[in-house]
Amino acid sequence: MSGATEALRPDLALVASEIPARARVLDIGCGSGTLLAHLMAEQHCTGTGIEIDHEKVVRAIRRGVPVIELDLDEQLTDFGDGSYDVCVLSRTIQTIQRPAHVLEQMGRIAGHLIVSVPNFGWWGHRLRLLAGSMPKSRELPFEWYDTPNIRHTTLRDLETLFDRLNFRIERRYTYTASGRRLRQLGRGANLLAGAAIYVLRPTSGTPTPG
Amino acid sequence: MGLTVTRSARLFSADEPLALTSGRTLGPIDVAYETYGTLDEDGGNAVVICHALTGDAHAAGYHGDETRPGWWDTLVGPGKPVDTDRFFVICANLLGGCQGTTGPSSTMPGTDHAYGLDFPLLAMGDFVEVHRALARHLGVTRLLAVIGGSLGGMQVLDWSLRYPDEVANAIVIAASSRLTAQNIAFSAVARRAITSDPAFHDGQYAARGVNPDVGLAIARMMAHITYMSEDALDEKFGRMPQGDVRAPGFGIDFAVESYLDHQGQVFLQRFDALSYLYLTRAMDYFDPFATLEPVPRERPVRYLVLSFDSDWRFSTAHSRRIVRHLEGARCPVTFREIEAPWGHDSFLLTVPDYHDTVRAYLDRALEVGL
Repeated sequence: MSGATEALRPDLALVASEIPARARVLDIGCGSGTLLAHLMAEQHCTGTGIEIDHEKVVRAIRRGVPVIELDLDEQLTDFGDGSYDVCVLSRTIQTIQRPAHVLEQMGRIAGHLIVSVPNFGWWGHRLRLLAGSMPKSRELPFEWYDTPNIRHTTLRDLETLFDRLNFRIERRYTYTASGRRLRQLGRGANLLAGAAIYVLRPTSGTPTPG
Repeated sequence: MGLTVTRSARLFSADEPLALTSGRTLGPIDVAYETYGTLDEDGGNAVVICHALTGDAHAAGYHGDETRPGWWDTLVGPGKPVDTDRFFVICANLLGGCQGTTGPSSTMPGTDHAYGLDFPLLAMGDFVEVHRALARHLGVTRLLAVIGGSLGGMQVLDWSLRYPDEVANAIVIAASSRLTAQNIAFSAVARRAITSDPAFHDGQYAARGVNPDVGLAIARMMAHITYMSEDALDEKFGRMPQGDVRAPGFGIDFAVESYLDHQGQVFLQRFDALSYLYLTRAMDYFDPFATLEPVPRERPVRYLVLSFDSDWRFSTAHSRRIVRHLEGARCPVTFREIEAPWGHDSFLLTVPDYHDTVRAYLDRALEVGL
């Protein structure tokens, strides 16, 4: 594979470090394919990206990343059970109509999930709400009436959903609102973290819809 | 691109005929083809274009003083997505066709008349075998890319599944891996129009000096409707009258009727009724994943599959079925549904997002090489 890869965004570098060499990776919300291009070139991975932004899709194609345009809420059922080693969902869950369904599908498709999310429960957001305004931040920079983000969650609520889906949290990495690593464990993260990355393993109780 | 010329090659003979999928043999087979660009020293830049139902070898550039360029001149040429400054491009009239390649209206060996309905039934794999023979004839054993739309895309798919070692990249546009009942139904009506024409004479019309013009024109008129979206027809014609409408009747009262009539008449000058029967039948039976399910490979074919959102002849569902099978076999596959208002015919037109996609894909393909 030719084509040197540019430096990865720090959160993507962390995601990459969680992915074993030669893994088959499904990257949901792959953007212009930076993560997969890196994984293919540096870690001998194979895989597929999913993206709907036209310009990003064309950039991913130019990079040699296989990318599929599809409706996440309806069409993940196209992928076979256990057909990927790792499924990545990068900063996309807040834009999905049916996040629980999508997570469930991810658990069916891959044995290992990496989910990164902005944290609606970050203290800055809470202050804005207390002051009477909808939260805005670097992670969530949109006006309420013009945002792709339709499903806001706090880390705590998300972890409740993971639990309900029988996803075991293997690791959690948290970030400050300005994107620096926050070495915060436990419940305090829900207040202090602007974003988080979860490494999850679906366990045997995972619902497996046909 | 400038002037281009169609050449001919005899690829199979009576002594060394082509073994068809049906078990029968066919020879001699002459193939009409064009090439554009130059084959690299290492043979790494060869691209084959497969044409659709009524296409021909003349994909790009001009023949003499004709007013319209080749049928895929929007996509193929210097600086275009299929850049003839960088790729060596081959396009052949397919087996069973009527534009220079052996087909059912060719003279049957040992007789003085056309094969007619004695021509053997063809399958997609037969088209592919002839294309492969031409590629070898031109000194190419592994192709950087095979590209086609509609029936052309079906050939590309079949080729890539049958000979995955010979194709590095397959670009399958507005195609299908299995026709629906509705698709077959449209072709059935077209074929019935042809075979019911009194001038059809069981396929031996040429010997009698006639042609099933009425049936063939009706077949084309109907098919043409299915190649366009309702919006495209509406935008082009709406309910515009044709000529004097003070005396309505059963002639050509609306502009759309005049257009279809014209399409039918023009078609008669370039297409043969028997080829229409044979080629549409091959499409009806095409079902490659029933027998050629791909398996994971060390060096898989890479795919680009494209559909158009307004295409109702081969809707996006057809392309997604292809993607499901390929992705399931772990082939690297890229899929896009392109927004374009023109229906099935969009693949022949200049749609920037579509062309950007093909360009990005082929630029990458050339970079990676065979």
